[in-house]
Amino acid sequence: MPDFADIWYVLFLRDYNTRLVVICTILLGCACGLMGGFLLLRKRSLMGDMLSHATLPGVGLAFMLAVSLGGNGKSLPILLMGAAFSGVLGCWAVLCIRNHTRIKDDAAMGIVLSVFFGAGVAVLGLIQTMPEGSAAGLESFIYGKTASMVASDFQILVIVTISVLICSLLLFKEFRLLCFDEAFAAALGWPVKFLDVLLLALVTAVTVAGLQAVGLILIIAFLITPAAAARFWTNQLDRMLLLSALIGGASGWLGASLSAFFPRLPAGALIVLVAAVCFVISMLIGTERGVLVRYLHQVQLKGRIGRQHLLRALYEILEGGRSQGELALRPVPFRQIRGRRTWSDAHLRDYIRRAYHEGLVEAPTKDDSIQLTVAGLAEAAHLTRNHRLWELYLIEYADVATSRVDRDADMVEHVLGEKMVAQLESKLQTYRSAGSLVPESPHPIIPGD
Amino acid sequence: MQNEQTVISPKSLPLTIRDLTVAYHRKPVIWDIDLTIPEGKLVSIVGPNGAGKTTLIKACLDLIPRSSGEVSIYGQPYKQARQRVGYVPQRESVDWDFPVSALDVVAMGTYGQLGWFRRVSKRSKALSMQALERVGLADYAHRQISQLSGGQQQRTFLARALVQDADIYFMDEPFAAVDAATERAIVEMLKEIQERGKTVLVVHHDLATVPQYFDWTVLLNMRVVAAGPTDEVFNQQNLRRTYGGKLTLLTQAANEVERSR
Repeated sequence: MPDFADIWYVLFLRDYNTRLVVICTILLGCACGLMGGFLLLRKRSLMGDMLSHATLPGVGLAFMLAVSLGGNGKSLPILLMGAAFSGVLGCWAVLCIRNHTRIKDDAAMGIVLSVFFGAGVAVLGLIQTMPEGSAAGLESFIYGKTASMVASDFQILVIVTISVLICSLLLFKEFRLLCFDEAFAAALGWPVKFLDVLLLALVTAVTVAGLQAVGLILIIAFLITPAAAARFWTNQLDRMLLLSALIGGASGWLGASLSAFFPRLPAGALIVLVAAVCFVISMLIGTERGVLVRYLHQVQLKGRIGRQHLLRALYEILEGGRSQGELALRPVPFRQIRGRRTWSDAHLRDYIRRAYHEGLVEAPTKDDSIQLTVAGLAEAAHLTRNHRLWELYLIEYADVATSRVDRDADMVEHVLGEKMVAQLESKLQTYRSAGSLVPESPHPIIPGD
Repeated sequence: MQNEQTVISPKSLPLTIRDLTVAYHRKPVIWDIDLTIPEGKLVSIVGPNGAGKTTLIKACLDLIPRSSGEVSIYGQPYKQARQRVGYVPQRESVDWDFPVSALDVVAMGTYGQLGWFRRVSKRSKALSMQALERVGLADYAHRQISQLSGGQQQRTFLARALVQDADIYFMDEPFAAVDAATERAIVEMLKEIQERGKTVLVVHHDLATVPQYFDWTVLLNMRVVAAGPTDEVFNQQNLRRTYGGKLTLLTQAANEVERSR
């Protein structure tokens, strides 16, 4: 088991053997995160998966070609060129099938993905039987194995990833437009097809660059997971991409560092697992669309509505059908409140407890009845008035109301303006008898006592 | 033939379409469209579902390949006249869950002038903000677009077309799924655009409001059935030729015509 000092040593790039690998995977992670963001928003995730699987036969064939020409079959640039070539060929095959037959996108990608991958496995099998070169090392493209990288490889990978980063930053505006509204982009005169191809080319470049570190089966997770995780935290594209690149970089950093201690575990798997952990955490606690945030909003909303309903019910009971003069504060039995709302006993007690903490009602008495405080009566009157004004607005202006009614707004005036409220108030006058604090409901519900 | 095609239409005409045919999968969707739209008109394009209204607009904007014919905007092909054209696509054509704000979307209208690699400038943002104010969405500028209501999304698209500052606008169903108040606001805006001498073409679905909103009408059903001033062409006979025998619809529309006179 590695001790703390060792871990520290690797994580902070002090260790010579792993430093290059870790730097390389960090950069790769950033590039993957960025491109993955665009890929996700362009709804081309599956295309990325197809692309990476389609690189395998290219790797094998490039190896065979290099060996048969008497070169070094394991030279990385040659292998990567082969990978890129067959990846692009795969994309082209998908487009051909889609454009010239009635087969849909997903089926076309499924076919191409499996056929290319199968062909790749067959080619690797053939290479095993070749006398000249052992195919040892080529499998690292399938699952990813950072240990098989050598110093000269890093230069290539670093150059590829950095140029992808620069390109995508320069073309941020263009890609945003392409991903959001392709037709509008075309109408503005942007070369949409070219941009689309460019986006795919950049994705191909990071995919190919990541083959050795992450492996072709898992690279898609490295592309998509950080972007999907980032989406839970923000609603702005620039922030999402930045975060996605950070999560990608962090996953590469931690994953590659971990794999230095557990040489039997492929780096690709560890990187993807770290990214998956980030994703799960983001999904749960992401501040914009995380599961927890949504749940809390739901609970809050329910609580707010419950509070309003309780106060309004109390007010209407005090009103007791007549609307003459000041309302007198008196205890109201729970039974009578439940007659107006479909609350369970537990719910009602919960709302009452909260109202008590807010100082809106007195402590419930032993015989299960409660009484509003003076502050509670004022708040209840305010809520009831707002409610009735909204109700009337909805009745009088049915055609425009739905887009403007904001039941939660504290002051109706803020939404509708003083003038409209004055007008509504005077309308309500026709419904109500003089002297009441609050206009009567335009359509009262008879409480089932 | 060659000579006919190179005839340059007068520069004062915002839109001239000659002999336009568009086909998908070997089946023509619209054919033999000959259409001239005079300047400063508010034009409705009406016709039944599948009549090729959207196709017509997309063909004008070079978004889909034409099988034959030519379209010129102020006497020029679309490519050269692009700066003078504003476009409002159908609202459903984009993913409203996309992580951008209303202001970001409106600023896209300025991308055409910005050119490659340039960031969205302060000036573009200011223009976009003005456009949002004009459609009454200034308070919503920094909202993510999925938090806008359908009508607000539609107005965001309109604001994006406004910043394009065009002379001719193509709008694909800007009234789809908006509430009555938004519809009135949009009509007001269209009339305002028209008063400044611009031309607006609108794909429209609600026959009842055609005479009220539009002063020029194109009745389309794969071919142009009739085109001209609304009070001349929007009559029962033409509607029957456009929509076939859907009587209730026709009676309704005809009543509307009667009323508007």
